[in-house]
Amino acid sequence: MTWKRGIALGVLASIFGLAMCANLVAPYPYEKQFRDSVLAPPSAAFPLGTDDLGRDRLSRLIYGTRVSLLLAPAAALLTTLFAGAFGLLAGYLGGAWEWGGKAVTDLFLSLPWLFLLLMVRAMLPLNASPEASLVITFALLGLLGWAVSARLVASAARGLKDSEFVLQARALGQPSWRLLIRHALPNLRPVLAAQFWLAVPVFLLTEANLGFLGLGVAEPLPSWGSLLRELEDFAAVRENPLLLAPAVLLVIVLSCLHIAARGKEQWS
Amino acid sequence: MSWTSRAVVLMALVLSLSPFASAGGELRFALPFEPKTLAPNLATDDASETVQYLTGGVLIRVNRKTQQLRSELAESWKTAPDGKSITFQLRQGVHFSDGTPFTAQDVVHTFRLMMDPERQSPLADSFRTGDGQVQATADGPSTVTVRFPAAVAGVERLFDGVAIESAQSPLKGKAVLGPFVLAERRAGAFLVLKRNPNYWKKDNDGNALPYLDAIRIEIQSNPELESMRFRRGQFHLMSMIEPSQFDRLARAPGIEAVDVGASLDMEILWFNQVPKAPIEEYKKAWFHSREFRRAISEAINRDDLCRVVYRGHAVPGLGPISPANRFWRDAKLKPQAYAPESARSRLARVGFKSDGDLLRDSAGHPVEFSVITNAGNRAREKMAVLIQEDLRKIGIKLNVVPLDFHSLLERITRNFNYESCLLGFSNVDLDPNAQMNVWLSSAHQHPWNPAQERPATPWEAEIDRLMLAQASANNPEERKKHFDRVQEIVRREEPVLYLVHKNVLVGYSKKLGNVEPSILRPHVYWNVEYLTLDGQ
Repeated sequence: MTWKRGIALGVLASIFGLAMCANLVAPYPYEKQFRDSVLAPPSAAFPLGTDDLGRDRLSRLIYGTRVSLLLAPAAALLTTLFAGAFGLLAGYLGGAWEWGGKAVTDLFLSLPWLFLLLMVRAMLPLNASPEASLVITFALLGLLGWAVSARLVASAARGLKDSEFVLQARALGQPSWRLLIRHALPNLRPVLAAQFWLAVPVFLLTEANLGFLGLGVAEPLPSWGSLLRELEDFAAVRENPLLLAPAVLLVIVLSCLHIAARGKEQWS
Repeated sequence: MSWTSRAVVLMALVLSLSPFASAGGELRFALPFEPKTLAPNLATDDASETVQYLTGGVLIRVNRKTQQLRSELAESWKTAPDGKSITFQLRQGVHFSDGTPFTAQDVVHTFRLMMDPERQSPLADSFRTGDGQVQATADGPSTVTVRFPAAVAGVERLFDGVAIESAQSPLKGKAVLGPFVLAERRAGAFLVLKRNPNYWKKDNDGNALPYLDAIRIEIQSNPELESMRFRRGQFHLMSMIEPSQFDRLARAPGIEAVDVGASLDMEILWFNQVPKAPIEEYKKAWFHSREFRRAISEAINRDDLCRVVYRGHAVPGLGPISPANRFWRDAKLKPQAYAPESARSRLARVGFKSDGDLLRDSAGHPVEFSVITNAGNRAREKMAVLIQEDLRKIGIKLNVVPLDFHSLLERITRNFNYESCLLGFSNVDLDPNAQMNVWLSSAHQHPWNPAQERPATPWEAEIDRLMLAQASANNPEERKKHFDRVQEIVRREEPVLYLVHKNVLVGYSKKLGNVEPSILRPHVYWNVEYLTLDGQ
């Protein structure tokens, strides 16, 4: 492990730890409205000021970090599992499996993601709680985002198929499922890990984009996406640069994830 | 210096001191979208209407300041006692921008084109009142009579939107009678309008109008960029300023930012009362209950909506008519006060019970429903979150669901799969006839239960009767009496909860003279022929 990767993982762990203790460290509940202190400047009571509904920005940032940092990796894990299963079968088994897999991934890659997400979000039950809508949003991201990773995994699996250790195992008469589980899959672990680390920032940014459209996590629950919407008014940002706090945090987390992912690739 | 030279200098000095000296210059402002059409009387969008307003000549104009009618191309007019016709005496010696004379035949030609079903003019529907044709006939070179199959109450105001087209000009719709004429257009970028050299109107000193040489309209869809360019002096005015930008613009040098007052628009919330709606029956029972709707109305803090969401640039909702509409508003109606205690007791009277932090109906169902609104409209999303918090205080859980506009329309107009909706009504006309499509129970835009075969409730039947009565009455006072009653019924039954009327916020350069901002559109340049630019 390089020192850079160590620092990146340390920063990520600190932010993650802080976010997980949101109930303890946030000064106020995330939904509490101080209607007489709307858009209050930073002060001892509100270190990052309040938003346009009088809610404490620091508390919302801490809770929003918990939401985004918990669910983006969960969605990335879902995507990696899909990509692993699909890519492994298509790449390793070849033939019709590979042809079918290619067709399905091509279909998923050609779908206009954003419109698909808008459409699926519009079809969800209206009385889903903010928490449920949050999980659904990230689950959708996970279910729709596996195609690129699947292609990479399939390519790697294809390379493994003719490797010497697989040939030897096959010569010993091992069944296909055992070859897949015991020999191919462990050798694909570095590819899958890299895909996981790369998917996390992609989902964080996608949720932020959905938030910009007002279609991300339901109010009053905060996420980085909904917090970043305050940056739409860039004259306000010039007047109060602390509005950039969620963007800065997002950049820090994405940078750390990038360093961690690169380090992981080099390490493995 | 010779006598001739002295005379020339003197003349130049005299000219520089006269009012005409301030004439000239190019007014620049932005529109968010490209006009969909430049053809007269086919405008369905704000941008097209703007171009038509600046270029089209009309028979009668609504004075945006006084809200009264004033004569334009018609010197006078007279409505028949039965309300089925109106006769105009036209101004003489007027010419189109290409020099073609203006005659009664042009008015007849305009009506023929406008009422042609194939042209699908949105104005035509306003004139169609019953079975039969709307016909315009020339009774002489400067007299025209327009006849309607049935009486049209307040018909004079409709002529404000009818731009007269030339029957003889080879340029057809491009020959105009308004103060400006289209000179250049680059799709997606800008339009340039030049002064109409044949414009008929003159100021009190006999100077030709308009004072301005030209208007340059740029297409700028990003309001932030528009605001930045306005602050830099690249635009001379902004017509629809967001409350979040208003205070910042008011502090900018060289800019006059004006809160003109409550607009005709309103932000509303209604409950789905469509019998076939795919929602739970017990929820339908809540939404059909007048006491439930009134309790929700009492539990909403409208003052906070105005103060927090619109930063004080809005007034609490009164009812179907904004306080800006001086004649038609019912002065007896006052905004609904914030009264959560009254809301609780009202709900208790009809069987709702508190269970800790939750409210339950008489059958034990927790009171929880969703409100849909259009995603991306920050003001509506914020209002929904404030209402969510207000209702939480009386034990009601509200789920806020922003949807893209297409999905939202699908739900409120086709499949009715929603529980409540927060949206806005835009009003461009002062006359209640413009709201027929909302209040008649058979109307497709009757929000809570559209296109009813028969009125679902006695009070909706009463509203139908009153709306039709006001539409067929000729006496304005009688019409107002009927429409006041409609407003009172709506207030009593609250099928629609009126939340706020947002204010008209405008800004203009201090170089711009003779500006008299109005709550009616176009807010800043409604008297465009009198606007001047300093330093020209």
